[in-house]
Amino acid sequence: MADFEPKLVAFVCNWCTYAGADLTGTSRIKYSPNVRMIRLPCTGRIDFMLLLQAFGQGVDGVIVSGCHPGDCHYTSGNFHARRRWMLSRRLVDFMGIDLRRIHFSWVSAAEGAKWAELVNGVTEEVRKLGPYEGFPKRLNGRLKAVEVG
Amino acid sequence: MSQQRILEKKSLDELFGKLTAAGNRVLAPLRNGQRVEFAEVGAGQGGGSPGRDTASQIDLDYIQTARPAKEVVFPRYEHMLRYRLAGKDAQAEEIAPEARPTVLFGLHPCDAASFATLNAVFTWDSPDAYFEPKLAKLTIVGLSCTQGDAYCFCTSVGGGPGATHGSDILLTPIDGKRYLAEIVTEKGAAVVALAPHLFAPANGESEPERQRGATTEPGATATDLKEAVLAQIAPRFAPEQLGQRLPALFPRNGVWVEQSLRCIGCGACAYVCPTCTCFDIQDERQRYAGVRLRCWDSCGFGLFTLHASGHNPRAKQSERWRQRVMHKFSYQPERLGVLGCVGCGRCSRSCPADMNLAQHVEALAQTPT
Amino acid sequence: MDALREKARALLEGGTVKVVIGYAGGSDPQRARAVFVRDAAQADQLIWNETCRQNLATYLNKPEVKALGKPALVARPATLRSLLQNAVESQLADEAVLALAVADGQVVELPTFAAIEEYLAQQPHGLTAEQQQELSRLAALSLEERWAFWSAELGRCIKCFACRAACPLCYCDRCIVEVNQPQWIPVASDALGNLEWNVVRAMHLAGRCVDCGSCADACPEGIRIDLLNRVLAQEALGSFGAEPGYSTRKDYALAAYKPDDKEEFIR
Repeated sequence: MADFEPKLVAFVCNWCTYAGADLTGTSRIKYSPNVRMIRLPCTGRIDFMLLLQAFGQGVDGVIVSGCHPGDCHYTSGNFHARRRWMLSRRLVDFMGIDLRRIHFSWVSAAEGAKWAELVNGVTEEVRKLGPYEGFPKRLNGRLKAVEVG
Repeated sequence: MSQQRILEKKSLDELFGKLTAAGNRVLAPLRNGQRVEFAEVGAGQGGGSPGRDTASQIDLDYIQTARPAKEVVFPRYEHMLRYRLAGKDAQAEEIAPEARPTVLFGLHPCDAASFATLNAVFTWDSPDAYFEPKLAKLTIVGLSCTQGDAYCFCTSVGGGPGATHGSDILLTPIDGKRYLAEIVTEKGAAVVALAPHLFAPANGESEPERQRGATTEPGATATDLKEAVLAQIAPRFAPEQLGQRLPALFPRNGVWVEQSLRCIGCGACAYVCPTCTCFDIQDERQRYAGVRLRCWDSCGFGLFTLHASGHNPRAKQSERWRQRVMHKFSYQPERLGVLGCVGCGRCSRSCPADMNLAQHVEALAQTPT
Repeated sequence: MDALREKARALLEGGTVKVVIGYAGGSDPQRARAVFVRDAAQADQLIWNETCRQNLATYLNKPEVKALGKPALVARPATLRSLLQNAVESQLADEAVLALAVADGQVVELPTFAAIEEYLAQQPHGLTAEQQQELSRLAALSLEERWAFWSAELGRCIKCFACRAACPLCYCDRCIVEVNQPQWIPVASDALGNLEWNVVRAMHLAGRCVDCGSCADACPEGIRIDLLNRVLAQEALGSFGAEPGYSTRKDYALAAYKPDDKEEFIR
């Protein structure tokens, strides 16, 4: 779809990925403007429901990113996150939720280029997939409800 | 006395066609794998539901559905208003209650009777704006029961497998090919008027009429034929027995504790019950915009009566069980003049702990005060 | 069955326990119901057959049952696992329950967690071939087919929370769905609310669920929510070696980690 601009949300940790994305900016690296960043102290804080709620808000793709294993500012937050992601990926894939729209990565504070590459890559992948129409949307008065059978 | 007509089973497709053409949504019991559920006839539904196109997918041999038909007038959730915050302003917009002309086809007499209770609750002081229009546009074509199961107890609560109250037309399958159609109300007459050629007189005067009509044996009326096919449901208790006994049993905590020991406190019984009406009102919002909705609730939940102060007048499951029984068999009859139970048995079929309401109420009817 | 009734009588007459929580005949031949036998004379109510599926451990969370005094609990292997998992989560003290395992006409008394552990070590572990096939069959469907299946299944959910009430590991005084500051899971039984509730339930039980199947049995709509738990149990076992309920060792998969947990999916 040529003129479809995917809406992406990125849940990122404050100490690594957010700083890394900051570096992307200060390095004047241009990258797709489709992502909205949500900063959390640590990937360990990311509740899997946040991802589903993003889809429920009409988002087409989600990025989750944090410090490399071993580098977590809180020592082990990203290790716990990784386990949580392993389980939740299996569950949502089993249920038929599109895993191609959920991307995980480790981006450190020094990896400004990697962040740009990541966002560009995910944007193009999700652009090809199109809007995430099948996912039920939250009823907040703006979006129409998807009726139950 | 209702008017009696004969409707042939093979006419159902045509009847649905006429009803749909007149702008009605027709809901009938449709088979979905192992289950029978009320769903729209003739609507090719998307979103994972199998297409349901013809009357041939209707299952009229069902004993009972799991979910009640009250969803037609009291949906699982319903939006009431939407709002948006803009700076210091809040803009609210009421959402007009939706009411589609609907025909509920194939509802058993117990379910048909439940609408009287729902109506009593939703209109007893001020009319419920979401309920009333839906009920006004609802026509019920009931179906008598030729079989029941161990959970049915309509005859203990003033109903019966061939009871007409609550139905606008009541159909009884008097043989493999024909229904006796009792036209009970004006809404029922309006349905007949859509396709009068499908409804033959039941007790004909002339020979040709009798051939098309019910009676194949001399002297047997349509009513006799109906009685012959109805299920036999033996009454298990009389509601009048309860009316006096229950208030006296109220303070007997031991009775209620014993009965409710195995209750696990879920909401299944209230949700599958055709006469339960409890609802919650919630605002669901995302920061600057939201909807206010109402949704089903259950007095069986532990938090149902929790006050903002932290006090909970029904903190124990036994108190909540007592409430359920008292509400249906004592408070509602006393205050609204209707029983809160139609004996459909859904609660007992669905209960994960096998609480069996009829058995418990029978026991209460025999408990000395 | 006779052995069970004998045992119940002996336990009650001897004062070892105040109540025997077991199964009695239900409303129809396919069902059993929980029974709380306090009098040796009532022990004949107890039955034991394939209808005895409900996980009775859930009653140990109920105040009215706690008030009856020390219980004996007729326990299938899955129920025994939920006792140990409750112990791991500090919900149950050792020797607070006398578990009764029934097999081959014999009743085995399991008075301590150690005894339960030993007994369970001899029971078959893991999913049966049939259960694995069922999961594989579903997993082999295309993405669209899987989504169509689960949307239709979960569309029937009425949010009655019978699944939650039936589960002995759902013991929270205030469940996440009952918190409204913020309302994390929508209350309404709409498509999103149903999806989110069922995902949350499955995830909150991930690595803890003992696969008793009571959740699916309890569901008035017959939704196969046990499959969601089972697929997570399979993953937790495969990826983390987690097998909840077989020991009292604190080993919750999501509270632990290994530096080399598999991560091919992370860029």
